[in-house]
Amino acid sequence: MSRVMIFKRFERFWHWFQALLIFSLLITGFEIHGSYSLLGFGDATRLHTIAAWSLIVLWLFAIFWHITTGEWRQYVPTRDGLFAVMHYYLIGTFTGAEHPYRKTSKAKHNPLQRLAYLFFKLVISPVIWVSGLLYLFYNDWPAVLAGALNLETVALVHTAAAFAMLVFIIAHVYMTTMGHTLTSHIKPMVTGYEELDEPAEKP
Amino acid sequence: MAKLIMAYPAKYLVVSGLAALLMFAGTPGWAAIERSPATADHSKFKSLKGPFETASQVTEACLECHTEAAGQIKETTHWTWLYQHEETGQTLGKNKVINSFCGMAVTNEPRCTSCHVGYGWKDMNEPPPEADSAVDCLVCHDTTGDYWKFPTLAGDPTYVPREWPKGSGKIVQPPDLPNIAQNVGATGRENCGSCHFYGGGGDGVKHGDLDSSLISPDRSLDVHMSPDGANFSCSDCHSTWGHSVSGSRYQVNAKDTLGIDIPGHTDLSRASCESCHGPAPHEKEKLNDHVNKVACQTCHVPAFARGGVPTKMWWDWSTAGELDENSKPIVTYDADGHVSYLSEKGDFRHGENVVPYYAWFDGTVEYTMVEDQFDIDNPPLEINRLDGEPNDPGSRIWPFKLMQGKQPFDTEYKTLLATHVFGADDSSLWSNYDWPKALKFASEKSGLPFSGNFDFIETRMYWPITHMVPTADQALRCGSCHTAESRLAGIGGIYMPGHSANPWLNRIGWLVVSLTLAGVVIHALARVVFRRRKQS
Repeated sequence: MSRVMIFKRFERFWHWFQALLIFSLLITGFEIHGSYSLLGFGDATRLHTIAAWSLIVLWLFAIFWHITTGEWRQYVPTRDGLFAVMHYYLIGTFTGAEHPYRKTSKAKHNPLQRLAYLFFKLVISPVIWVSGLLYLFYNDWPAVLAGALNLETVALVHTAAAFAMLVFIIAHVYMTTMGHTLTSHIKPMVTGYEELDEPAEKP
Repeated sequence: MAKLIMAYPAKYLVVSGLAALLMFAGTPGWAAIERSPATADHSKFKSLKGPFETASQVTEACLECHTEAAGQIKETTHWTWLYQHEETGQTLGKNKVINSFCGMAVTNEPRCTSCHVGYGWKDMNEPPPEADSAVDCLVCHDTTGDYWKFPTLAGDPTYVPREWPKGSGKIVQPPDLPNIAQNVGATGRENCGSCHFYGGGGDGVKHGDLDSSLISPDRSLDVHMSPDGANFSCSDCHSTWGHSVSGSRYQVNAKDTLGIDIPGHTDLSRASCESCHGPAPHEKEKLNDHVNKVACQTCHVPAFARGGVPTKMWWDWSTAGELDENSKPIVTYDADGHVSYLSEKGDFRHGENVVPYYAWFDGTVEYTMVEDQFDIDNPPLEINRLDGEPNDPGSRIWPFKLMQGKQPFDTEYKTLLATHVFGADDSSLWSNYDWPKALKFASEKSGLPFSGNFDFIETRMYWPITHMVPTADQALRCGSCHTAESRLAGIGGIYMPGHSANPWLNRIGWLVVSLTLAGVVIHALARVVFRRRKQS
């Protein structure tokens, strides 16, 4: 066992800033949707727009980071061990079985995480982005688009994606409590370091 | 220059810490409009020294210099009371239309023609008098405030001391015509208001956004007309061309795409907000995104009848004519002190600070003319209809005063009826409270058919709201429409975030969220239970 840097500084910044923005977007977004009244529609809309642009900028940096560091490979899906992990979360965790996946800094996500995060990155987020930008620039749609699409459809897709995001977050936050202790998964996301069965990287 | 800094709530900082990115908005300062000095001092003209026996003689004096003025006036709607509608082909104007207040002007001269911009139009079956001297210059150009067209004299002021209102004991003195003639000038709010504020028979009765409170309004009532604001006269927006005044209720410019009017480029008619403010007046882009679908007035006139003068919202003529035990007419008042019943006129409901009725509107108004047959089985009857569709690029959401009430119609011919309410004869409703007699007389005098059988039908009438624009901070908030209890609820044809959410999306979405939460809770409980078992 050794203490390994598993989440780099940028990665942690990206993760937590993204979390903050997504929570802001969910809170303001469902107000804009009409689910409740908190800030008032006008303030909710302004904040939602600011948070959305911030998230887009953050993602541009994150994409650049993933490409340049090769970290994108962490999200390549695999079926190898997927069912073992699912079996663990459904049954093993109650019977006291060990987690079947051994994390390394080269493969820090288990097969289920890979799938979930890939779905988040390639489906939920792009759908939210594209529908959100269409929503924001509704008045500037070119005629071709305006003839084929309407705001109601865009709002429907955007909100459906927001529901998917909310479901993802509920499951994601809960799963972080399923380490050896309640916080053992969360701690590395804060400090960057985790005890792993691999030699510490040379500085 | 007063600068308004928008204060953003501190909760932004708490939620995202990004408040610094917000733009600070400022509004331009207000200065009362300045006017160039006159090139003539009318008190120096010999022909205006008088004496004048009638106001018509003043007109003759005016025309000695202003040789074309009478001819110009006689071409305008103010004179003919006729309006040829280019879109619908209908001939409208006070001469032709029926409304849900006193019905038609026809057969109610000289009361109604007291607001004609002339003298002596005593019979509306005939066109207005032909003489140039029959044009009334003073009603629009008096600056003393002493000139007043007496309500029952077909356009003339009174030339002898006369009681008004009848039975009040108040005596109206004849005007000092030489003094008035020597003090003529450009029209002001009081000039236009002397008729347009009193439409429907009293202050504020008809329009809702036009009443005597606009003579000297606060900025919070009307930022343009306020002496502390821009101090506009009506004609600053309702610009004129050879005495023809721009801006029509029959053919509204519902979406002015010309934008700011620049000499040599546009028609120079300023009777639209865009004429001065342009097509994208807001600093916040998202607000400008609304102007293609929402009229300026919809947000910027949050309510009408805001100046302390109530407007009539309901007028039921069917109950008119009840008398007390001494056969005297009855007057009753509502809790606010507004008249709620008059034997002459029936039941009323008044409103102040009224939230408008909203509808898609392309500017064209079609009328149910007095000779038009209508479906009597499906009240309410629309006296006028608003053209406009959500998908029509020329239509926008506009505010209206929705006037409702009941008025007489011919049960056989299925038409509305001319109503003879005013007159010194023994047939008018207000002299003998007898509907059949009044309707018969109206038919005989106007030539409009009446079978003798009548009843009352509920009617509605739409009056576009465009005046009483307060300062921008009093405009509607986003949440006035973008909310479940939206002002625009039921408007149709538009997706309003915050109001129009798809109910199935919500049902399915929250179901999935709930199932996820339930799964998490069950999983967590199971973990706790199994851990305890293991420990024990």
